[in-house]
Amino acid sequence: MSGEILQRKVTITNPHGFHMRPATLFAQTAGRFQSTVVILCDDKRINGKSPLELMFLAAERGTELTLEVSGPDAEAAIEPLVKILEAPSADDLPDP
Amino acid sequence: MRMSDFVVREAIGPELSATTKEGVIREMVGDLRAAGYFKGGEPEDIVKAILKRELLGSTGIGRGVAIPHTKHNSVDRLIGTVALSKSGVAFDSLDGEPVYVFVLLISPQDRPGDHLRALENVSRCLRDDGFVRSLRQATSREAIWELLQEGENPTH
Repeated sequence: MSGEILQRKVTITNPHGFHMRPATLFAQTAGRFQSTVVILCDDKRINGKSPLELMFLAAERGTELTLEVSGPDAEAAIEPLVKILEAPSADDLPDP
Repeated sequence: MRMSDFVVREAIGPELSATTKEGVIREMVGDLRAAGYFKGGEPEDIVKAILKRELLGSTGIGRGVAIPHTKHNSVDRLIGTVALSKSGVAFDSLDGEPVYVFVLLISPQDRPGDHLRALENVSRCLRDDGFVRSLRQATSREAIWELLQEGENPTH
């Protein structure tokens, strides 16, 4: 199972875009898993465990991203991460 | 957007005297005020708004960097400033380490795109370890400004 690679296309719906609060929460959540977490957007390939890298995404509402999770716990990791990317507002984010 | 579009040159702080999270935020907002921004009770209001945002989760994002920010009606375009602490400040950072480089941003209420572009720009510079190292060694406003300008044209 260690080679499992899961991919999911996600569209940002938050009117403020994927700003710092969701980015930070995403990195913290990704960091709890062994799997490698990458976000692909246009020509950017972003390490999902680094808040600084995630801010570099600067994804506005309507941006389509590809989330790629690979590793032994990819299946458990992908849903909570998708939920953060898809949250319509920072107030809808799950608790850290 | 480039970093020099929103960093107020006259408000850059090469050596913070503050040693606490609130102190740093106050000093940086004070630097912006001294550079001619805000009026009346606005600085205090901004400091409170930034501290309130910090309660939702620290903007100390690790690697010795923090990006405290808020939206506020007193600005009609995004402005910011950069300040350095030589001794480091406890900022509840994600990695638990002290913060040496601060970038403070204040955006208008209704311009989320500009805020994201600023974050993109700041992170483009700060993800470069060499840039952060040079920044931390800078000792004057001019030196920091020059680095910010160089950071806009990364060579790698």
